[in-house]
Amino acid sequence: MAVTVKTFTSAGEAAGALSSDRSARYLGGGTLVMRALNEGDVSISTVIRANDQALTRIDASGPRVTLGAGVTFARVLAERDLAFLHAPARSIGGPAVRNMGTVGGNLFAQSPFGDFTVALLALDATVAVAGGFGARDVPIEEFLQARDRQAGTLVLSVSCTRPASSEAFRYRKIARIKPKGGAVITLAAHLPVSGGRIAGARIALGSMAPTQIRARAAERALEGRSLDAATIAAAASAATEGTSPSDNALGSAWYRREIVGVHLRRLLSGQE
Amino acid sequence: MSKTPLQFRHNGRDVAIFVDGGTNLLVALRELIGDMTPKFGCGQGGCGACSVLIDGEIHLSCLTLAETAAGRSVETLDGMKQGPNLHPLQRAFADNFAAQCGYCTPGMLMAAKALLDRNPQPSRDEVVEAISGNICRCTGYESIINAILAAAGGRASA
Amino acid sequence: MLELRKDIFADERDDNLKEIGKGTQRQDMLGHITGTSSYFGDHKLQGMLHLKVVRSAQAHARLRRIDTTEAERSAGVRRIIRSADVPRNLNTLLSLINFGKDDEPSLAVDKVRYKGEPIVAIVADSEREAFEAIAKVRIDYEPLPTVFDVEEALKPGAPVVNETYPKNAFIYHDVHDHQKLRFGDADAALATADHVLEQRYQMSPIEHAPTETNGAIAAPDTNGRYVVYTSTQALFFSVDTCAKILDVPSNTFHFIGGTVGGGFGGKVDTLTEPLAILAAMLTGRPVRYVFGREEEMQYGPPRGAERIFIKDGVMRDGRIVARKIRAYFDSGAYTRLSSYAAVKCAAHLPGPYTIPNVHGDVYCVFTNRTPATAMRGFGVTAMDFAIECQMDKLANLVGMDPMEFRILNAYRDGDMKAHRREAKNTALIECVQVAAEKAKWPIREEFRRASSRKDGGGSRAVIPPTPADARARPAAPVQQRTSYDRLPPTVTREPPREPPPPTPPPSSPRPAAPSHGATRFSSVFGTRRR
Repeated sequence: MAVTVKTFTSAGEAAGALSSDRSARYLGGGTLVMRALNEGDVSISTVIRANDQALTRIDASGPRVTLGAGVTFARVLAERDLAFLHAPARSIGGPAVRNMGTVGGNLFAQSPFGDFTVALLALDATVAVAGGFGARDVPIEEFLQARDRQAGTLVLSVSCTRPASSEAFRYRKIARIKPKGGAVITLAAHLPVSGGRIAGARIALGSMAPTQIRARAAERALEGRSLDAATIAAAASAATEGTSPSDNALGSAWYRREIVGVHLRRLLSGQE
Repeated sequence: MSKTPLQFRHNGRDVAIFVDGGTNLLVALRELIGDMTPKFGCGQGGCGACSVLIDGEIHLSCLTLAETAAGRSVETLDGMKQGPNLHPLQRAFADNFAAQCGYCTPGMLMAAKALLDRNPQPSRDEVVEAISGNICRCTGYESIINAILAAAGGRASA
Repeated sequence: MLELRKDIFADERDDNLKEIGKGTQRQDMLGHITGTSSYFGDHKLQGMLHLKVVRSAQAHARLRRIDTTEAERSAGVRRIIRSADVPRNLNTLLSLINFGKDDEPSLAVDKVRYKGEPIVAIVADSEREAFEAIAKVRIDYEPLPTVFDVEEALKPGAPVVNETYPKNAFIYHDVHDHQKLRFGDADAALATADHVLEQRYQMSPIEHAPTETNGAIAAPDTNGRYVVYTSTQALFFSVDTCAKILDVPSNTFHFIGGTVGGGFGGKVDTLTEPLAILAAMLTGRPVRYVFGREEEMQYGPPRGAERIFIKDGVMRDGRIVARKIRAYFDSGAYTRLSSYAAVKCAAHLPGPYTIPNVHGDVYCVFTNRTPATAMRGFGVTAMDFAIECQMDKLANLVGMDPMEFRILNAYRDGDMKAHRREAKNTALIECVQVAAEKAKWPIREEFRRASSRKDGGGSRAVIPPTPADARARPAAPVQQRTSYDRLPPTVTREPPREPPPPTPPPSSPRPAAPSHGATRFSSVFGTRRR
């Protein structure tokens, strides 16, 4: 059975087609779906596309930032108002992958990829999805927990609140290849400060579990405290709690557990 | 098996082909148009051997659904020479021994062209970044970086 | 930048050279920079079919049943090739030089020995249709105990990986289960050494990861011949291997290759050509068989892993008096070229140092891993890694500078090497001196003055008394023969056959095959070229 490509002008129609066909996959930038086809994934027999302008819209003027699912990482990098997302966008692929890969597609990318999603998870993003029953907003954490069942839903956009300062949001990807390569682990931290104390810390980790996850124990260690050495040490030592990394060619589960606290400490203390 | 008609510009010339559903641009270029300069290396976005320019931007043709190139301009190494003359990047690659087995070379040259077309005087770091998605397994990065810098320098003085 | 040190060995140098020391353009450069160099995959043939193989999901299992009924009915499938379709479905690469027994099928027969071993080949109109048919092949495995560790594999009672070598070790010349080097009395020297250091080294398999994956396109040509475009690094070797497996004279094939998109040793195993040609024979159409990236990385042969134990005796003044080495080369499930790697490994002992007592045992071991193959100095690289790590540790142990320690122990012209050959044209001392100078690493005057041409030979040229191993030597080994070359020498070559019909070639018993390939390979048999 050959592959059928269906192209729609509206995201709604595409979502309808996607939800009614188990063998359908939505084509964003191509870096996941075309890769699967190239590797002989015969579970995909329909490819859905949408030329809807709404999917490539960026709204970055206000405190709440919205990125259409089809926005590429190259466009994120070209947008001065999205400076807080430049580090995660730049950490992905080479230039060609950044010209192709999209914010929406990254939500589906599995370890050692999906770095941008780690940043979005730390920023408590909201994912707007369209399924068989219309559009709705889903907290990113909920979206990721059910990711295996999301193939039939179309992501429309992702939105998050702009961090208060450049200090309040930090990102770090650990790769073996410089300047580029798949992640050994990825870390992002959102550290809002109120009256000198952290309030509402969110730390997200990539490649430490089957999906991107929050390091809740480390977040608790930061909550209500100032970011001093003792607090950072406490958060770093709690970094592995709740994680379940696996072995792959880039690193063993053991190695990932060993280094995650080290890199969290460096991230929180602002070390290179 | 139904075929989809597809038209785009290939190295400045209009081409029209029929593609099977799911065909990627690399296969379309190589097997339907006969342009063998983009290479298959991984099919995964990991090696850059299939790099082409689409509307002047570097893309991986193996991960590009052929139909998405409709109406756009696709450039490959096959169109890099200027008439009978080598492009300055090609000349610089030869002069700097920037190819060994030659398999990554088409992708490297397209990545380098994408850089220099936008940034004629790149720093070394910018060159490294520009070819960071292109793998050379004969370990020629140093000479490739030097070649790209030399091409940029040559252009400036020309 | 390149720098030629003409001051070293100046009197031995001929500076009246036209090419050495000057830059010369590669002859293929123009093709590379214009994209016109022609790799195997750059050939577009009318009506080309695509071959993909069904690979074992198990590392070690008996094949109870292979059901291809549904796959045969799958859209676009032209032919399914099973093990019985392969004319001579057992081969070992070095059989072309009469070295080793046939131990590897092109398609698994009753058993798979590593994860990813090809079981069935599917020839279809498109890659997609081949993939769809692969998903419909049903294989019933009976899992067998596995062994992945070289030392475990050699223990009595270990699972037998490859029945051709039931003790899981390659057998040299029908009798020896490893390569052995004996020079002097290492045990006695170790007993009297000031320090003894024993260490274990492990080097992992390494994937060549060529940018171009392994592949071949085979097509029926005129006169009943087949034209084969291939990524092979060893074209004539591949021609003869295909002739043997497909049981036709090698002039049946017109191989075109030579432009290879990176090989590094990973494209000498003739993995794709036999099945591509067989598929072209069976379908009468051009057939392409090219590895995907995952196949290349996961199932393409790597540099084999090695485990090395080194036990050295060293005196307080820094002289190494004994070196005892036990090394295990992980061949994976089949021999490929690892038997030769172990020979090279043994030939490399004890490194470029003059040590009066050397004892080496090097094993080529079978495990349920992906078969290993050649890669840039295979057999030597891992041993060098181990030896040079050991040298640093020894220098530290005796409190010597590691550069000076190497100069002290370096072989010099006239020294007797452990293989009972005189060292000639040695240059390690000078290399270390220049390396130290370039690294601004201070070494003392006496070591700066040392020379490869001074103070060698004499007592260092003596072959020491070497005790025989306790075990009695077996009877004189006969030259190892394989079923492949066990043929009367009078057999003449068959004329090229008619183009085969689109049916499987007749099964055995087959007529005596013509002989293929060269008969001698000096490195393997130890005959010197000069």
